[in-house]
Amino acid sequence: MTTLETSEADGQIFTGNVQLVHAVGMHARPAVKLTKLAKKFQAQIFVRVTGAAEWINAKSVAKIMAMRAAHGSMIEIKASGSDAEAAVVALVDLVATDFPDRAS
Amino acid sequence: MQEGAATTAYRGRTASIGFAHGPLVRVDQAANAERVAGTLVDEALALRSAIDGASRQIAELAAIAGGEAAQILEFQVALLEDEDFIAAIFASIGEGKPADAVWRSALDAQIADYNSTLDEYLKARSSDLADLRERVLNVLRGGEGQPLKIPGGAVVCAEDLPPSRFLEIDWSAGGGLALLRGSPTSHVAMLARARGIPMVVQLGVIPDSGATALLDGEGATLELDPSAERVRLFEKRRELHRKSRASARAILRKPTASWRGERIKLHINIQGVQDLEHADAQYADGVGLMRTEFLLADHGLPDEETQFQTYDAVLRWADRRPVTIRTFDAGGDKPVPGFTPDGEANPFLGVRGLRLCLARPEIFAVQLRALARAAVRGNLKVMFPMVTSAEELEAGRKLFTEVVQDLQTKGIAAMLPELGIMVEVPAAALAIASFKAAFFSIGSNDLAQYVLACDRSNGALASLMDPLHPAVLELIARTAEHGRRAGAGVSLCGDMASDPRCVSALLNCGLRELSVNVSTLAQIKQTIDRLSSGGSLD
Repeated sequence: MTTLETSEADGQIFTGNVQLVHAVGMHARPAVKLTKLAKKFQAQIFVRVTGAAEWINAKSVAKIMAMRAAHGSMIEIKASGSDAEAAVVALVDLVATDFPDRAS
Repeated sequence: MQEGAATTAYRGRTASIGFAHGPLVRVDQAANAERVAGTLVDEALALRSAIDGASRQIAELAAIAGGEAAQILEFQVALLEDEDFIAAIFASIGEGKPADAVWRSALDAQIADYNSTLDEYLKARSSDLADLRERVLNVLRGGEGQPLKIPGGAVVCAEDLPPSRFLEIDWSAGGGLALLRGSPTSHVAMLARARGIPMVVQLGVIPDSGATALLDGEGATLELDPSAERVRLFEKRRELHRKSRASARAILRKPTASWRGERIKLHINIQGVQDLEHADAQYADGVGLMRTEFLLADHGLPDEETQFQTYDAVLRWADRRPVTIRTFDAGGDKPVPGFTPDGEANPFLGVRGLRLCLARPEIFAVQLRALARAAVRGNLKVMFPMVTSAEELEAGRKLFTEVVQDLQTKGIAAMLPELGIMVEVPAAALAIASFKAAFFSIGSNDLAQYVLACDRSNGALASLMDPLHPAVLELIARTAEHGRRAGAGVSLCGDMASDPRCVSALLNCGLRELSVNVSTLAQIKQTIDRLSSGGSLD
């Protein structure tokens, strides 16, 4: 596996939207789970709270925490790279299912 | 009574219930050792190896601790593996700054950021970051992190304690944790609750001396070098707690408490949203007292939106159940810089409670606006503290009504909630019929101290400071009787309600509503159940 390539097939950007249902918002445990999952993908993945100016690197726990996403906010996810589509699907599922504890 | 403690007793907030009696051990952060910086490459390598070393230490701790503790430590590991975060630190080293200074300032910036929020959960995470900061610095200085040597069963006392330090202590012989600062929502508090280690936070300042300590996680007190009598009372409380806990939890699940065929409503006293996380809170009939002074203590004078969010969160939790919020009760033994007057000769008899709010309408109006907006969101009741005369209640009502009208004119949803008063000034209890209040809540701590002329913080008066004194009970009974006749609810939210020894007297005074600390809800419900079935207490 190599780092991100920008061939035409890989250059496509996939996006997703999901509501943060976690009772206390994007806190330590959800943030750790989100970044851990994001790191499993080669794709470059960014998230933001809908309306925010800046996109946040989904692989940086410090930045995810700094995002201060509150309970009930909408999270936008965008990814580009070879496995971008799978990454978006997986992350949307993680947030939508309230960051379940599962063997990974 | 628990508030009639000796002069060496300190009160904080409960983080984990339980009792500990043992040697007092102070644990303080190691002094900053000097470190000589090397070349750019040396510094980068030193930090890299310190981060790796710290990661290893944390991984080892997590492996030993397992479960919840391991999850907590995962956040620290994730931060060390955060390439964006670490890259910025190495970039600063590239600019010629020493590794330890760079690391410290990066972590301090994060900590300051977390502390600057109004979010209690996020604030509590800052101690995890401080933990990580010290661990890496310690490795950088060449120390591998000396494990804490704590005798078994000790009451460990510190400013604050990071989770990894907690995990290094051998708690197998019991013991307890007394923190001068700290928070009930911190990770270390979660660990203490999971392990069943009693923990009290926000004790403030306590002296360095003291050989033995009694830590009461239920009453949130720490007593230093207790007398034999205090130890005996403590052991009695501990035994009572142990016996009643199991059977009480079963009773808690019964739908309602009743006594002689009458329903007894049991509400809880809370300081903030975090108190609702207690496992027993769901069984309460509502919130009988939400204190709001903590909003002042934490952030200076909070803006309307902050207050609204806080009140709204509690109303959402309560759903249809009633929530009684008490307006700022500052002054007396609760000074707030910039709000309460300085230099009063006798602050308990000074400008406090509603007196202070009426004197500072610009501050009071902000709270009333937030409450008026929250009133449309749930079953809200509002009460004023420290009311002496009916004119004060009416002055407060007038201000509140103006605020509601102003909001409504601007098209903002708002309404005047049910208005009640605290009954804690003897004059109010004696002239209770003069108040046009929708409900009354007896503040027995202050009522007793004013009726008995005993400063409740003066341990020398402990034996006189008896809330079961006939004069105090007489005023409680009068208030209950008036409420019954006038059709106004009467509750009692002082420490008496949370004390099983007082419950029988309160019911006999005619009270049918009590508001208790959430940690004693089960015990009080059990007490009422026993009294109802003709049993007596011990």
